[in-house]
Amino acid sequence: MGRYVIRRLLQMIPVFIGATLLIFLMVNVMGDPIAGLCGDRACDPATAAQLRSQFGLDKSVWQQYLTYMGNVFTGDFGTAFNGEKVTDLMGSAFPVTIRLTVVAIVFEIIIGITFGVITGLRRGRPIDSTVLLLTLVVISVPTFVTGLLAQLFLGVNWGIIEPAVSPSAPLNQLIVPGLVLASVSLAYVTRLTRTSIAENRRADYVRTAVAKGLPKRRIIVRHLLRNSLIPVVTFIGTDIGALMGGAIVTERIFNIHGVGYQLYQGILRQNSQTVVGFVTVLVIVFLVANLIVDLLYAVLDPRIRYA
Amino acid sequence: MRGATHAKWAACAVTVALAATACGGGGSSSGGGGSNGVLSSSWGDPQNPLEPANTNEVQGGKVLDMVFRGLKRYNPKTGKAENMLASKIETTDSVNFKITIKSGWTFSNGEKITAKSFVDAWNYGADLKNNQKNAYFFGYIDGYDKVHPDTGSATATTLSGLKVVNDTTFTVKLNQKFSTFPDTLGYAAFAPLPSEFYTNHSAWLSKPIGNGPYTIKSYTKGSEMSLRTWDKYPGSDKAQNGGVDLKVYTDNNTAYTDLTAGNLDLVDDIPAAQLKNVKSDLSGRYINTPAGIIQTLAFPFYKPEWNTAGAKKVRIGLSMAINRPQITKTIFADTRTPATDWTSPVLGAAGGYKAGLCGSSCTYNPTEAKKMIKEGGGIPGGQLKITYNADTGSHKEWIDAICNNVNNALGNDKACVGNPVGTFADFRNQISAKKLSGPFRAGWQMDYPLIQNFLQPLYYTNASSNDGHWTNKTFDKLVNEANADTDTASAVQKFQQAEGVLRDDMGAIPLWYQNGSAGYSDRISNVALNPFSVPVYNEIKVH
Repeated sequence: MGRYVIRRLLQMIPVFIGATLLIFLMVNVMGDPIAGLCGDRACDPATAAQLRSQFGLDKSVWQQYLTYMGNVFTGDFGTAFNGEKVTDLMGSAFPVTIRLTVVAIVFEIIIGITFGVITGLRRGRPIDSTVLLLTLVVISVPTFVTGLLAQLFLGVNWGIIEPAVSPSAPLNQLIVPGLVLASVSLAYVTRLTRTSIAENRRADYVRTAVAKGLPKRRIIVRHLLRNSLIPVVTFIGTDIGALMGGAIVTERIFNIHGVGYQLYQGILRQNSQTVVGFVTVLVIVFLVANLIVDLLYAVLDPRIRYA
Repeated sequence: MRGATHAKWAACAVTVALAATACGGGGSSSGGGGSNGVLSSSWGDPQNPLEPANTNEVQGGKVLDMVFRGLKRYNPKTGKAENMLASKIETTDSVNFKITIKSGWTFSNGEKITAKSFVDAWNYGADLKNNQKNAYFFGYIDGYDKVHPDTGSATATTLSGLKVVNDTTFTVKLNQKFSTFPDTLGYAAFAPLPSEFYTNHSAWLSKPIGNGPYTIKSYTKGSEMSLRTWDKYPGSDKAQNGGVDLKVYTDNNTAYTDLTAGNLDLVDDIPAAQLKNVKSDLSGRYINTPAGIIQTLAFPFYKPEWNTAGAKKVRIGLSMAINRPQITKTIFADTRTPATDWTSPVLGAAGGYKAGLCGSSCTYNPTEAKKMIKEGGGIPGGQLKITYNADTGSHKEWIDAICNNVNNALGNDKACVGNPVGTFADFRNQISAKKLSGPFRAGWQMDYPLIQNFLQPLYYTNASSNDGHWTNKTFDKLVNEANADTDTASAVQKFQQAEGVLRDDMGAIPLWYQNGSAGYSDRISNVALNPFSVPVYNEIKVH
């Protein structure tokens, strides 16, 4: 187990370097960001040259990348164009997005798995068909439609929530945005759990458990659900990264100043420092989430062993 | 055992979620009314650090307008430059100016404002090593080329043209005649700065200190700024409310939704999609007034094919092919006004705006347009490619509409196409690298309400924003004469003559003047936009 973790951690290094290099090159291809800094007029050449050298943009891409990575390993992610340290931007953006993601994941786990178990045990019954139909609707409606409708009805017409989340983004204001963000994944979790449960219901160990005369609750939670959760956990694990990076639509609608907002702003202003910094952290989140998922397999299914 | 903990954990989470939703509802507009009432207003994240000489966009400018007062201030209604901190500005030759400031003004931290507060601030703004994006505003002052050379390093750190005479007087020597120089001094870049700006720069940036009607109570970068009325403000334009909370919105649609939900008092950028509902949504609390912004199509005069006598006819023909009233009505919902000259209505007739100066060249006339383009030898290169940046604004729509006009006039489906560029920065790159082969979108937001600002930076030979590199000796001569003229009225006339030269050569096609649009809640009144399309915050009354 320990060796497995170490091996996986070591594997992360090339992935990490490759991913950041790719992002770095992509942002660089977009051209000279200084040209867009002075609004609808040309920057005066002396100031532009000075800014270029200050942000290291006058060096070759390789030199820029090496300096950047060197700085990253000392915890310095550079400075955004508005004079703020990228680490400060991260400090304000990541907690908000993490809160939003946690809300979304909690919804996915609670609602998704509950519905999945219920429908999986009652396959073909009316409740199963209803939930299946509902999830189909949720999957086919894009997030921004759900988001805007929720905002219009709950926020403006009925006044139940605030249409825009305040800058500090307290947990209670993130419930509805979190639900909107979770909606599509939630439907997938329901369907995954349902299929998995339905399949494992006929497995030998479940039949054995039933034959032993174990209480129904214990059979479902300990035996059936635990084994059925493997594909679901895989999905949720990869979804963590996707939610954090992909929250941009939800964050825009509800005015949440999180990672999506900073990334959008960074891309619009061609601010390579911000974009590369944030994506670097997101890459790490993805990698760690994947590792945790892999380790969870062994917890869920004792037959899985790592060496 | 594990089952039990699972269930307990889930139950807790549900309880928390439910409890949280329950307290999530309800509005939270705080504060009383009257002169103590605080209003909230939409804001965008400023692109640059909030330094007076480093702020060149509306969002940062908004704050500077509340926190700073300079020598002059532009009247929010008429746009005329009026003395604020200046008691008099004297000159006999339009080169040497003696500026006397009023006594009794202080910064909000108590520091006295003296002639030195201005001179130091201007020197800081001009100094190359400070990277100030508005440094070129000091370019008219003698010694600028030493402090801020185009290439290489600076040989001086202070402008030789600035001299402090005593606490209340300083002199300015320009490097060329510029009679309307005093009227430029209302621009934020010329604001005075307290000594803390230099001694404790990062602290100042995190909470700027100025001398305007408001002080900054708190500033969370990228999210919110709370401004409160400064009780000891010595000026005549004291704030009529208790303060303003500027809230950053990631999307102007959300700001608009918040306004209709009653959580926000003022939105100064109505999203395009809402323009057709805004009148009924806000029942009269909608403002749509001209601002000092004009949109034009510029041409690459560095390409020989655009710099011929024939191409001139083609340019005039293209201008005639554009149906301005129809585009401003259908695409912009009347938030643009068809342009008939190269300035802006906010200047007023006395300031140099002359409706109809463009004449028949800017009037929709497809038959004449076709004739002119034919006579001029057709579109250079055979096809008109109009370049624009596709990342912001709704440039695609109106460019397509213009192309449609041109195609209809010429009876050719492929005569004109839009040429989108991915990002604004790349668009600017291609312009400054002289890569464009056809016309491109150009916009100009005035720095100060002077006809000079609409002509010289844009069309004078090699001027800072002359992106099309149009050049004309007669135009340059007339601008020089106008700048040297000490009499304002005749200076304006000379500028208009120069504008006539621009028209006859169609150096750029004027399209429309942009309006400022804003909406507000019924909690506030007396809301107006100034000629820069920024709300006049200090005059807003809270009920």
